[in-house]
Amino acid sequence: MSTNAKIETPPTPAPVEKIKVKVDGREVEVPKTMPDGVTGKPVPTTMIQACHAIKVEVPHYCYHPRLPVAGNCRMCLVEFGTPAMGPDRKPILNPDGTAKILKSPRPAIACATPISPGMEIYTNTPNVRFMREGILEFLLINHPLDCPICDQAGECKLQEYSVDHGQTSSRFAEIKVHKPKRVDLGPRIILDDERCILCTRCIRFTRDVVGDDALGIVNRGSYNTITAYPGKPFDNNYSLNTVDLCPVGALTSKDFRFQMRVWFLKETKSLCTSCGTGCNVVVGSREDRMFRYKPRENDSVNATWMCDHGRLNYRWIHNPERLVQVTVRNGAAATVSDWKSAMPQLAARLKSAAPGTVAVIGSARQTTEELFLLAKLARHFQAVTDSVPRTGPADHLLLNADRNPNSTGAVFTGLAATPMGSNLGKIAEGIRSGRIKTLIVFGEDVTRHGIGADLLARLDLLVASDILPNATTKLAHFVLPGCAHVEKRGTFVNVKGHVQKFMKAIEPKGDARAEVEFLKELLPTVTGWTAPRSLEGLFNQMAGEIPALQGVTWAALGDTGVRVQI
Amino acid sequence: MIVNRKKLNFLERLYVPAVIGGFKITIRHFFKKKVTMQYPEEKWVVPEGYRGAPYLVKDQQGRTKCVSCQLCEFVCPPKAIQITPPGPGGLPEAGNVEKGPREFEINMLRCIFCGLCQEVCPEEAIFLMKDYSLNGKSREELIHNKEKLLAMGGVHNDKIQKWKTKADEARQQGL
Repeated sequence: MSTNAKIETPPTPAPVEKIKVKVDGREVEVPKTMPDGVTGKPVPTTMIQACHAIKVEVPHYCYHPRLPVAGNCRMCLVEFGTPAMGPDRKPILNPDGTAKILKSPRPAIACATPISPGMEIYTNTPNVRFMREGILEFLLINHPLDCPICDQAGECKLQEYSVDHGQTSSRFAEIKVHKPKRVDLGPRIILDDERCILCTRCIRFTRDVVGDDALGIVNRGSYNTITAYPGKPFDNNYSLNTVDLCPVGALTSKDFRFQMRVWFLKETKSLCTSCGTGCNVVVGSREDRMFRYKPRENDSVNATWMCDHGRLNYRWIHNPERLVQVTVRNGAAATVSDWKSAMPQLAARLKSAAPGTVAVIGSARQTTEELFLLAKLARHFQAVTDSVPRTGPADHLLLNADRNPNSTGAVFTGLAATPMGSNLGKIAEGIRSGRIKTLIVFGEDVTRHGIGADLLARLDLLVASDILPNATTKLAHFVLPGCAHVEKRGTFVNVKGHVQKFMKAIEPKGDARAEVEFLKELLPTVTGWTAPRSLEGLFNQMAGEIPALQGVTWAALGDTGVRVQI
Repeated sequence: MIVNRKKLNFLERLYVPAVIGGFKITIRHFFKKKVTMQYPEEKWVVPEGYRGAPYLVKDQQGRTKCVSCQLCEFVCPPKAIQITPPGPGGLPEAGNVEKGPREFEINMLRCIFCGLCQEVCPEEAIFLMKDYSLNGKSREELIHNKEKLLAMGGVHNDKIQKWKTKADEARQQGL
């Protein structure tokens, strides 16, 4: 893999002094300070980070690398020792020359205790195990243990740690404290207060990350209850992240509630398509039905969050009106066709189109590979091309004003005009004057963008590929059913130039096929150019031809993508 | 390995001693206790612990005990069980349990009577009963739905009644 100067590497941080500590007898060197999860300012490295660096798991509930440290769950208690110092401020040595370690008489929480040089951390002593067992016993005192009806079951930290570190039975004979269940916190969240273990992750997230101080704890002692500010719904655009953050099943998503048990869900790495940020997500699907998006960690795009707008924007994938048949229309009569017979017809019709009489409109919601193949087709016809800009209000965290997931890709492939959408008027004018006789539309309803039904009726040939039926597909001579992003593979380039790939989670409906597949079928007959067979090959070929993507390969994209200059 | 086949001697070739031996056994059985059961006029008494067809049960309050946790669906080796969870609204008739199956199907053409569903059930809602004679005129008939499973399962007299206890405790605490 060749590296190219154009691929941006994150700026190398200023060298930080390293500290050597020992975790369970193994030495590890960690920086003295690490960037804070929320502010990014350097703060002293903690014991839990040192343990994480050497892949020693310390169980924890309230600690989250992206949230301020609260230190209230006590689950990460560990034992530690520091080098003994003599009166001359020099370490006292053992007879064998090693530093003498003074073991601390009390344990410390690993999430909030900074490390010091020579420190030794013990995460697996009998005392530590006994403390974990004790903490879990306390946490379970008032827990309702309603795992059979709890949506978190299967991805619940309380379940996992109880199995790993807890006791098999409870010694608590008294009646449990009951708290409100099914509390409606806002339009997207339902709270079960009984299950809450009061880690305050949700409170810290909405206060310190989102900046909407909406949640808090009321009442005292075992009556502690999480609640939203009275009379104010918890409805900011990031509220559903608290459901992911909640280590137990206290906060549940109204959208996903009682839909499917999580252990049935197949997890596929994908991308959110609702705006130009391109948040990394995991698609949860079962038997070709998609159930949910969950954010996936990517520090250079979305940290570990995603917005509710994007998270809930997936229902269209299972819209019963999806285009699932190839349709060919001659005059007024539309007939259902199939790929085998429609493609040669379409190729023949396209082949007879004269250069200069064709226009191509490709959506910035298509993958970069699709846009690249469309651009190849357009170049053959010297066609006027464009994409449709789509904007909406942006917010302070992730939601971008550009609501197309692949605007940058449309620009890279040369399919979008500069500025995007400025050629749409020219195309409308070309059709009106009779100069443009063939229009190829992918993924857009052009009747809503200045090319009305009256203009479309004048065309000799209108080819439309889409996922859902619209006014353009109703008029098209060839309707080619395409795939939603969860039904195919491809890449998007986000607004900052982050090239990312997404994988296929479910099978396409009916006759629908990935756009790349049928474009690849069409291109050799129409243009004489044959695309590489595999998607990987196509991406690599594309990266070689597009200056901005020089040196990027499919393999190099990995799970988190590559940043290029735009 | 070569097995030498011994040639039959004269007496053996006659077959008469063998036929007589056969008759001896037959006649002996005339005077033995009869073991053949006159099925279907006479029905077999199923022993304790027999694993027959799995059915769903209701509790004393008439609530379907199944809470749609889908563990049986998960554990079922031939994938005979298919549960439709209730969705975001839950099941209103389930009360404080919130959840129950919207649909519960057991494909008896697939079921292997292993009893893992009963063993895994955290709610004691599914039991392998003593039905062994399962038949139907179509494949559809042998896919038991929730209604049929509940009708055949009847009421299970639960000693613990954890959900009722929870509701009572919450009521006592003023919730």
